[in-house]
Amino acid sequence: MKMQAEENTLEKVVCEVGVEIKNADGLHMRPAMQFVDVANQFECDITVSNNENDVDGKSIMQMSMLAATCGTKLKVKAEGADAQRAVNALRELVEEKHFDEPVPKND
Amino acid sequence: MEIKKGIAVSPGITIAKSLIIDSEDYRIPRRSVKPTQRMIEIQRARNAFRTAADELTQLEAEQKTIEQRKIKDIFAVHLRFLRDRSLRKRITDLIHSESVTAEYAVSVTLREIASHFTKVKDAYISERAADIYDIERRLLKQLLGGKREDVEHLTEEVAVVARNLSPTQTAGFNRKFVKGIATDAGGRTSHTAIVARSLGIPAVVALEDLTEMTSGGDTVIIDGNRGIVIVSPDDETIRQYEGYSLEFAELEHRLTAIKEKPPVTRDGVRITLLGNIEFPDEAELVLQKGGEGIGLYRTEFLYLNRPSEPTEEDHYQAYAETVHVFKHRPVIIRTVDLGADKYTQRKRFAPEPNPFLGLRSIRFCLQNLMMFKAQLHAILRASVLGEVKIMFPLITNLQEMMQTKMILRDVMEDLDEESIAYNRDIKIGVMIETPSAALTASTLARDADFFSIGTNDLIQYTLAVDRGNELVSTLYSSVDPAVLRLIRTVIQDAHKAQIELSVCGEMASEPEYIMLLLGMGVRTLSLTPPMIPEIKQIIRSVTIEDCNNVAREVLGMNTERQISSYLRDAARKILPEAF
Repeated sequence: MKMQAEENTLEKVVCEVGVEIKNADGLHMRPAMQFVDVANQFECDITVSNNENDVDGKSIMQMSMLAATCGTKLKVKAEGADAQRAVNALRELVEEKHFDEPVPKND
Repeated sequence: MEIKKGIAVSPGITIAKSLIIDSEDYRIPRRSVKPTQRMIEIQRARNAFRTAADELTQLEAEQKTIEQRKIKDIFAVHLRFLRDRSLRKRITDLIHSESVTAEYAVSVTLREIASHFTKVKDAYISERAADIYDIERRLLKQLLGGKREDVEHLTEEVAVVARNLSPTQTAGFNRKFVKGIATDAGGRTSHTAIVARSLGIPAVVALEDLTEMTSGGDTVIIDGNRGIVIVSPDDETIRQYEGYSLEFAELEHRLTAIKEKPPVTRDGVRITLLGNIEFPDEAELVLQKGGEGIGLYRTEFLYLNRPSEPTEEDHYQAYAETVHVFKHRPVIIRTVDLGADKYTQRKRFAPEPNPFLGLRSIRFCLQNLMMFKAQLHAILRASVLGEVKIMFPLITNLQEMMQTKMILRDVMEDLDEESIAYNRDIKIGVMIETPSAALTASTLARDADFFSIGTNDLIQYTLAVDRGNELVSTLYSSVDPAVLRLIRTVIQDAHKAQIELSVCGEMASEPEYIMLLLGMGVRTLSLTPPMIPEIKQIIRSVTIEDCNNVAREVLGMNTERQISSYLRDAARKILPEAF
């Protein structure tokens, strides 16, 4: 995880983190909703990319259209004063809480 | 440009603006607004989003129990969409750049998003398209205020695009404006197909998700010859299809040229070609196409396109109109075949769980004697106007036949008492459309003046396949060995009893099956009027000897696949351009 800068500086803070979708059903509607709900708690702009497309992390339409299935790697980029906190919260939602959904069993 | 492949069910080519009829009959035409009105449309769109969001908030709050948790989640997701700024912007941008109505912009945008989901390979995600349609419907409900524009009030030519069409919907089509039909569901013999063919409108069915990729007002090409539908074609494709359309018109023209010639095989055997009709005004079409009478006059239309039950006089007028066109050529009127349709099911107190095995057709008539007698009364009254014959559908056993004839005699007595003239010797026929009727044809023949084989139901009941269900419709075939054995039995029994026999199902209008039918001994075919010239052309190109050989080969084959590919090859040799 790369991260730079302090939150209370007046400079534009840019944070980026790579995450992997781990819940079995992928980023379907309900997880997409959780994602945008978390994203919308922050002031910063949030962009999510799957290498092909960059979408607005605060838009459920755009997030759900990424159609990220289990195993998909996404890049989350935040720009703004609270970028660091936003990125942390989103990473936790995707990679640790798995949107409160089951993850596939490893045989 | 999107190209979809389906099943061609009615020939011809149409290039027209689409009219979407979804299950709720919403019609979203592409309508332009003046640039000055764009702000009003944008405001309408915003208001629709706001009201729809309020409605959803309310609904979400009402889901309180644990069990309703999932529903609550769904509403919550939909609410996020309604509050999504980028979605709203996409719609208002479209209104601004294209100067279109709010409802059109909503419909186009959400359908684009939905089709994006449909294309995702992951089933769990692709199913989410349904959520998008739900959101679309919610917004449209706001914009259209529940008012539904239906196909009865058209003012310009359209191609109808729908998931599926009910008989009631198709019966209500204004044929001046409906120029083509394309549906997601359906098979070769679905109601849509039958109606389209009899109206001479190009139609393609079984297109799976066509309605999802089409927006009202999009230009569509319906190619009823090749079974292709193209949404938003580019200029080059349109030009190409205008060419096809011209070629097709030329073929039609050539076929018209043989109209005056009799349907006689090359070795001199005379075949009779009759027309199947649904509405009285199709009678003219039968004559135009060279038909020699009506082999199947369906009478359900009298019930389907009016608010109340038809009177005896309504029946009489419809029959008199048709008989008048044919003078002394045969008109076979089939008594009503209602029961398994939405019209009757809806009126029923409790819908039947299995209507096709339920109270339908002659069974329905025998339990609704007032209605049945009114129709028989009208048919008998019309019988003095020309050569009217009467045919009973879905007879499954001899008792039913005897009971039906007894009721007919009762009605004759009523007419005697009323001193109304009728043809006492009216010919009475049985439509053979169940395996039980086919297997007991030799018995039924003693009480009938003629048989007509209704292949559509016969196939459905023999093979246990719903012809409208796209999951199993490939199992439905006129040339399944089981079906052919039943047909052969019926033909042989009719010949032995020396009664007339015709085939009036869809099979009789399928070019590749004609040689087989003639070879099996059929000499009268009743078919959808637009197909008469093509079938006549085939008859005039074959010899009965060829046909007998084809039938002999086919009856020795054990699989449907083998039979249909053999027949296709045989037919292709006779009339290459039709295949």
